[in-house]
Amino acid sequence: MRNMQMSLAPRRAVAALAALLLAGSVAACGNSDTGSEGGGDNEKIVMGFSQVGAESGWRTANSTSVKEAAAEAGIELKFDDAQQKQENQIKAIRNYIQQKVDVIAFSPVVESGWDTVLKEAKDAGIPVILTDRAVDSADKSLYKTFLGSDFVKEGRLSGEWLVENSKDATGDVNIVELQGTTGSAPANDRKEGFAAAIAADPKLKVIASQSGDFTRAGGKQVMEQFLKAHPKIDVLFAHNDDMGLGALEAITAAGKTPGKDITIITIDAVKDGMQALADGKFNFIAECSPLLGPQLMELAKKVHAGEEVPARVETEETTFTQEQAKAALPTRKY
Amino acid sequence: MTDAKNRYQAVLSHRLFWPVAVLVVLLAANTVYRPGFLSIEVNNGHLYGTPIDILRLSAPLILVALGMTLVISTGGIDLSVGSICAISGAIACLHISQAADQNNMVTVFTALAMALGVALALGAWNGILVSVIGIQPIIATLILMVAGRGIAQLVTEGQIITINSGPYRAIGLGHFLTLPLAIFIALGAALLVAGLTRRTALGMIIESVGGNREASRLAGIRSARMVFLVYVVSAVCAAIAGFMMTANVSSADGNNAGLWVELDAILAVVIGGTSLAGGRFYLGGTILGALIIQTLTTTVYAMNISPQTALLFKAVVVIAVCLIQAPAFRAKLSRRRRGTPTPSTPSAPRQKEEVSA
Repeated sequence: MRNMQMSLAPRRAVAALAALLLAGSVAACGNSDTGSEGGGDNEKIVMGFSQVGAESGWRTANSTSVKEAAAEAGIELKFDDAQQKQENQIKAIRNYIQQKVDVIAFSPVVESGWDTVLKEAKDAGIPVILTDRAVDSADKSLYKTFLGSDFVKEGRLSGEWLVENSKDATGDVNIVELQGTTGSAPANDRKEGFAAAIAADPKLKVIASQSGDFTRAGGKQVMEQFLKAHPKIDVLFAHNDDMGLGALEAITAAGKTPGKDITIITIDAVKDGMQALADGKFNFIAECSPLLGPQLMELAKKVHAGEEVPARVETEETTFTQEQAKAALPTRKY
Repeated sequence: MTDAKNRYQAVLSHRLFWPVAVLVVLLAANTVYRPGFLSIEVNNGHLYGTPIDILRLSAPLILVALGMTLVISTGGIDLSVGSICAISGAIACLHISQAADQNNMVTVFTALAMALGVALALGAWNGILVSVIGIQPIIATLILMVAGRGIAQLVTEGQIITINSGPYRAIGLGHFLTLPLAIFIALGAALLVAGLTRRTALGMIIESVGGNREASRLAGIRSARMVFLVYVVSAVCAAIAGFMMTANVSSADGNNAGLWVELDAILAVVIGGTSLAGGRFYLGGTILGALIIQTLTTTVYAMNISPQTALLFKAVVVIAVCLIQAPAFRAKLSRRRRGTPTPSTPSAPRQKEEVSA
């Protein structure tokens, strides 16, 4: 009896796996069908886009911008959500190569480990455009251009504002930092830019720095511990709005007033963050605009036509103080 | 003399000794690093301090791990709990965010009921796949683990849903008798599960199904029904944990809510001494395991261990805990220390003791 069951169980598992695989292959067939239609010579440009995920309001606005701009520019878009995983992105890019799309665009989850798959794209003659995040590949010929924000600059602007606004402070200014996902370009660059800017004033000291993974829950949990470990925190620098918003709750729970007892500087300027800034809970936001869809489609057309494009294209961005946030909020798109 | 030695031996060989020791060492190390680590003060009429944080943040993991313990004791595994957390949180938050008055108790309870209903259905789906159709648990629940994230994203449309609802927030952040409400919810669930399984024959029946499903069936136990039941319980526990996670930050994030919690829960169960082969379960050990995992995470932040080394630090501690928990490893270690082979304690009587405990 026992033996019979033992022999049955694996067979059932295999059947289940087979069913899964079958479902997968049917879906894949559907994809490649539309791919070959769209990939046909002249007419419509086909773009394969691999998004990092939908981890924040920023990312969602970014995805929407890309989709809308593609529809407007008459470019057929194949959109893939990598759910924060590099292996998913590599898989998606390989799929696009097989489907022979005209242009591949993607926002890399992490900076390193892209050489092989980018080489495959290059060998297949498909131009690659990086959006929003860079890769640290030594071979710059692997991609045509990088369209996105300058994260170092965002960090630097945040730091410069702090230097400017703590000129009159006496004694040390204790800063805690909530980093983004460890190893990601925005986390590395924002940290670097901020550190470079605050080096101008020896009063400014980063006393603790931890990863909050760009999420509210992460920002909150880390800030709770910062508040307990360090009785005197003057400034919070969060690498994105969401971590700052999570930290707000921790600060309030600790009986302190965000924006007054602790100066809060964040980056991104998504709607909830701008609201907090307008409400006086944040003090400064360096914008990182997600609306790069139109610029991306413009570049895709040029690249497809074989025109030369600059190796680095910056998205247009600004910074916000509390007053500017109040003025900008009503017309904010995201 | 021998009596004292025996008692010492009994304490050492108690299955909860090593998890407790690890927890104490972690807390002690933190206290050495920062003497105020264990201090608790009153803030706004609530107790406030790192130990309270640890208890509050481990509440969702305790809930998920409770369900997981029952599943694992039947020889199964439930990988879908993280996704169920995300789905239940998303459904509850979506319903509340669409309401005119987010603070309305009726709205909040409707939202909770809807989300629990969906969780019941998802648990039943898992249960049917495993008990009726007979798919291996790891495959059966893998389906929902992967697809479930997609469902959560469909519900939230890929957005983070921010809500502003006092009653819902209370699930994650409210207080009762100066302590976070989440602690009482987790404690209540633990007592309920413990009462149902250990004060009645239910626990023994679940263990016997895990030990040998076919023999249990021949002995008159409805094995399939038991297996079905534990997956439903696991899904409900995960759903409540999902409420806590989303209430904690007043927002539902389909991507990140409950991400990897299934692995933490399995780890908590294993640290607690429950065998992955099934047939035995220890609820107290599971709760201790969950506390150890949360303390470990908090330690990383409290000691400001750099994010680059944090994962390695966690891995080393977890490996140490698992090794020290393994009787085979301990036996080898003590043999080497003493230089003479010690007769290993006969395992049969000890197991009997554990059953009656």
